[in-house]
Amino acid sequence: MKKRIFLCGGTGCISSGSRKVHAAFEEELKKQLVDQNFELIFTGCHGFCEQGPLVIIEPEDTFYCQVTSEDVPMLVQNLIEGTVYDNLLYQNPETKEKVKTRTEVPFYKKQQRLVLKNCGNIDPENIEEYLAAGGYQAIIKAFQQSPEEVIETIKESGLRGRGGGGFSTGMKWEFARKAEGTDKYIICNADEGDPGAFMDRSLLEGDPHAVLEGMIIAGYAIGANQGHVYIRAEYPLAVKRLSIAIEQAEAKGFLGDNLFSTGFNFKIRIKQGAGAFVCGEETALIESIQGNRGMPRPRPPYPAVKGLWDKPTNVNNVETLANIPVIYDLGVDKYKTIGTDKSKGTKIFALTGKVNNTGLVEVPMGITLREIIYDIGGGIAKGKKFKAVQIGGPSGGCLTEEHLDYPIDYDIVKLGAMMGSGGLVVLDEDTCMVELAKFFLSFTKMESCGKCVPCREGTMRLLEILQRIVDGKGEKEDLDRLESLSRNVIDSSLCGLGQSAPNPILSTLRYFRDEYEAHVIKKYCPAGVCKALTRYRVIEKNCKACGICKKHCPADAITGEKKVPHIIDPEKCAQCGICFEKCPFEAIVRG
Amino acid sequence: MKKEEVKDLKHDVSKLIDKYRGSAGGLVPLLQEAQDQVGYLPREILEQIASGMKLSLAKVVGVATFYSQFHLEPRGENIVRICMGTACHVRGAVSILAALEKELGIESGGTTEDSLFTIESVACIGACGLAPVMTVNEDTYGKLTPEKVPGILDKYKGASREEIVQ
Repeated sequence: MKKRIFLCGGTGCISSGSRKVHAAFEEELKKQLVDQNFELIFTGCHGFCEQGPLVIIEPEDTFYCQVTSEDVPMLVQNLIEGTVYDNLLYQNPETKEKVKTRTEVPFYKKQQRLVLKNCGNIDPENIEEYLAAGGYQAIIKAFQQSPEEVIETIKESGLRGRGGGGFSTGMKWEFARKAEGTDKYIICNADEGDPGAFMDRSLLEGDPHAVLEGMIIAGYAIGANQGHVYIRAEYPLAVKRLSIAIEQAEAKGFLGDNLFSTGFNFKIRIKQGAGAFVCGEETALIESIQGNRGMPRPRPPYPAVKGLWDKPTNVNNVETLANIPVIYDLGVDKYKTIGTDKSKGTKIFALTGKVNNTGLVEVPMGITLREIIYDIGGGIAKGKKFKAVQIGGPSGGCLTEEHLDYPIDYDIVKLGAMMGSGGLVVLDEDTCMVELAKFFLSFTKMESCGKCVPCREGTMRLLEILQRIVDGKGEKEDLDRLESLSRNVIDSSLCGLGQSAPNPILSTLRYFRDEYEAHVIKKYCPAGVCKALTRYRVIEKNCKACGICKKHCPADAITGEKKVPHIIDPEKCAQCGICFEKCPFEAIVRG
Repeated sequence: MKKEEVKDLKHDVSKLIDKYRGSAGGLVPLLQEAQDQVGYLPREILEQIASGMKLSLAKVVGVATFYSQFHLEPRGENIVRICMGTACHVRGAVSILAALEKELGIESGGTTEDSLFTIESVACIGACGLAPVMTVNEDTYGKLTPEKVPGILDKYKGASREEIVQ
């Protein structure tokens, strides 16, 4: 059997240099006259972006990380001799032991990769590989059912929208099925705009056919003959791989007229977004496809009744659609056993921020944050202290240390957070929660489309208040103002953007009120992020007059001589914190 | 841009208009392709699109100004996009932007005098695992520090885009 070399070609690994590695492999395999013995496959994202570029050798499942083009000749030599190249193996940071196979790497151990099962394991530009992995079997099973039975299956599976809404997918399909009208549409929402989220991009880059297969089944269930994938233009690689996948599926007869002699016709087209966060909202997305400014419209009528071109339309997120083939492959009964009572299946999270192992992880619903952050994520980077996670992007909220053992599923809404599309940003002691809330509001304010007043003006005023607090000009009453204005914006905005934009404020106020109070009352930023509220000074008795701080200060704000404790001139100090970081004797304090 | 060039480009845009005339929802892809060709969307192009598509100029400008992808002013030869997403933010994107601005002597959104670089700050590039991240044209650079910025920019000075392989 030919050995297969899987080289990660996801956006993460490409930016770490995997194209160069690919070229080096091609050259070296030819040079050693063994290009016939090995198959080199440039795959989609493996998820462990932090350690990229990644190489996996099958069938042994050998896992190599941080591979550079210079490593390739030695690696190929080892491949030819059938040995393992120790230098490139992953080292378990805890045990310091080298790990040979991917399944032994702690990052993958606790994951349950169902939706991502093909990502990194097949060539996404070759439909044969998807077929060999059992692809397009789900449509055969679904076509043996009536459309109503398909909807029943999906309802029974308990699948809920993965884009953030969490609405029952089966029920959504049923509404569109029952809506009157002949021309119906399926839209795949691939306008992944949440900063800190890249699960949809990775799926489209790594396994585009799974998304197409889900769309075909959705089209069959609803009675739609046309599908659109609305995808961000900022994702060129995903657009390219999806276009190739559509062409190949057409050539194989999985897309087109009278599919499998069922009389069902289905075509899929790609629509590229043009850069507007609000277009992730389904009615705004529909406006955008129609060539208009992507502004949401009031619901009802819901798109299921009156959507694209006023026809019944069903909009599903990428990850939701990619779950459909999984439900058929596993069977509903087995699928239902994964997850919690009200949240079935798995969820893909983009694990980022101040965590050791950043990347894309797929875990069963109901897993705890502790398992995600410590077991999979390898703990907090640089030995710092965990503070919170921001979950669900600019519409979500934060969870703190007290929630580390709480199961993560759709019910975290009770805690003022939400899974959203699956962004999970880990924050440590150096993150200022007030400044973070300001960051999110500056994003939502900028992305507010301006159609409704509460969102347009409300996000602006909220941002102004936060800016004032961060600048050290806040007052105690500002905290109540933030709270009441937030509630108003949530209650009265037209679409999901405004209705959720204040969530980061409310959630940080709920769990980190003391930090806000420190800003407005004590006029001090505990994390040392807000410059106007940060002061550095030398504790005389700790200072050994070593001069390190003086040497590193970019503002020449530190004076002092040998054997004389140093002094920071507050007038000159730029609050950069370098002295604080560099001092070996903890003689410089913040606050 | 010289006047004769505008004439040529206009001619090309009219071909694009023919392609999308009568196609429902064709305005956004038409603007995308026109911008790909011209580099930006000057007023005369927008006017031509409006009359060719039988739409009001207000409608065309309305759509062109709604989406962040469209540019009504000329831009630099190399587009540097600095990611300001959450993951990049908490890992120090602000200092990367500061380094870029210092190195190029322009602010975010601006274009250098020699038209070589434009800086854009964007919400999320989607390479959060490698934060902080920036892209130059189609190339992505991750795990940035302010010190790495000048070296990356140097690669694009005086080199044609094809010569740059990551």
